[in-house]
Amino acid sequence: MSETTTFSNQATIERINAIFINEFEVEASDISPEKNLKDTLDLDSLDYVDLVVLIDDNFGFKPKGDDFTTIVSIQDFYNFVLANTKK
Amino acid sequence: MHRVVITGIGIYSTIGTDLDKVRDSLFNGKSGIGFEQARKEYGFRSALTGVIEKPQLKGILDRRTRIMLPEQGEYAYLATAEALRNARMDQDYLDQHVVGILYGNDSSSSPVIESNDIVREKKDTQLLGSGYIFQSMNSTVTMNLATIFKLKGVNFTISAACASGSHSIGIGYVLIKHGLSDAIICGGAQELNLQSMASFDGLGAFSVRELDPSRASRPFDKNRDGLVPSGGAATVILESYENAVKRGATILAEVIGYGFSSNAAHISQPTVEGPARSISMALRESGLDAKDLDYINAHATSTPIGDAHEAKAIYSVIGDLNIPVSSTKSMTGHECWMAGASEVVYSMLMMQNDFIAPNINFETPDDDSAKLFIANKTLEKNIDVFLSNSFGFGGTNSTLIIKKFKP
Repeated sequence: MSETTTFSNQATIERINAIFINEFEVEASDISPEKNLKDTLDLDSLDYVDLVVLIDDNFGFKPKGDDFTTIVSIQDFYNFVLANTKK
Repeated sequence: MHRVVITGIGIYSTIGTDLDKVRDSLFNGKSGIGFEQARKEYGFRSALTGVIEKPQLKGILDRRTRIMLPEQGEYAYLATAEALRNARMDQDYLDQHVVGILYGNDSSSSPVIESNDIVREKKDTQLLGSGYIFQSMNSTVTMNLATIFKLKGVNFTISAACASGSHSIGIGYVLIKHGLSDAIICGGAQELNLQSMASFDGLGAFSVRELDPSRASRPFDKNRDGLVPSGGAATVILESYENAVKRGATILAEVIGYGFSSNAAHISQPTVEGPARSISMALRESGLDAKDLDYINAHATSTPIGDAHEAKAIYSVIGDLNIPVSSTKSMTGHECWMAGASEVVYSMLMMQNDFIAPNINFETPDDDSAKLFIANKTLEKNIDVFLSNSFGFGGTNSTLIIKKFKP
């Protein structure tokens, strides 16, 4: 079992939010599950490249290019990370 | 033909992180050199280096912009922001007018090495992130600054070894003089990280006076034993006279001469003839005689051969005119790609404040420097015209002559 799978869901979500705040400089008050991920983080095509690295560094898996096409809301992103860290 | 004037200067260097601090360091002969233990552990022959304050850009530039900037890009951003403030050229002006950028830079080693270390370890280029490619390219400074300041004019990097910064001002001068541009941000940037200087250290060209860092860089002194690598960034805003008048700018000085040459000789060994031709060409271009020069800011880096050849070249042009000469590298160390631009900024500060900065550590002349008036103490003196030399590997030479502005 890898270290990342030992996190509870809440701990994983808090870690994702910390990445949004520290790496993408989003205010904590701007983060809520129903919001659009791309708009909230102000992501451009290069930011997705960085997001791949951050996911790999923090959660131990590497998203594939088309994974992001189905992630619209922040909740979608939480679900995506949670699903992959529990594999 | 257009007159080409300087309306703004900015600096981020080992002897100060803004114009006021640098002016005071120059006047007081303060050294920016130190000893970095990490260089010894890395395998350097000499651990001497310029020591610079790390910029804090969080809160000033957004995340996306910061990711793109390598070390020297951060220095260049701060030097350029200061120069634009100095020129009273705000973002509204840049948005409404065609302003270009020509900046000297000839390496970006650290991001190249770091990114390849990551790929070697992870075997996956997709785990590098987005910043390294933009940080790694030689044109990193111009691509970043042109984006940050949303520039619309000429936009490219000039790589000419240790003459890069000087040529950037020279080429900017040519473009404006011939009416191809109205205003150009010129300058030079140099990374200080140890990775960027390991191969240079391997040539045995650096001073090993490690017990006495502030006395290690001693251009023209008989007991010099090599240069000290250094860095930072310097920016000079050039405009046509008409453009400066039209926008009500304060004109600081006028670029009146640019000379250049190539040695047609060895890749690292200097000549006397090449630099002498560059100096003579700049003088011809300026329409002045050598006797009109009030100060010469020498390229002299503190290497035994380089300084001797430059002393001969200067003497071959000025003879016994006794014009004060100093190398500010005695304080800053060798700022390489940045040096030609920073030394114009240093000389501008001297011109604005009526002094000649000392060539510190010049204690004993050798046969060549004995023929020149090397100013080893601060001289309080009016400067109307100064000449600045910059020479680089491959035998590239650049000379600029700048005059206090008189309408």
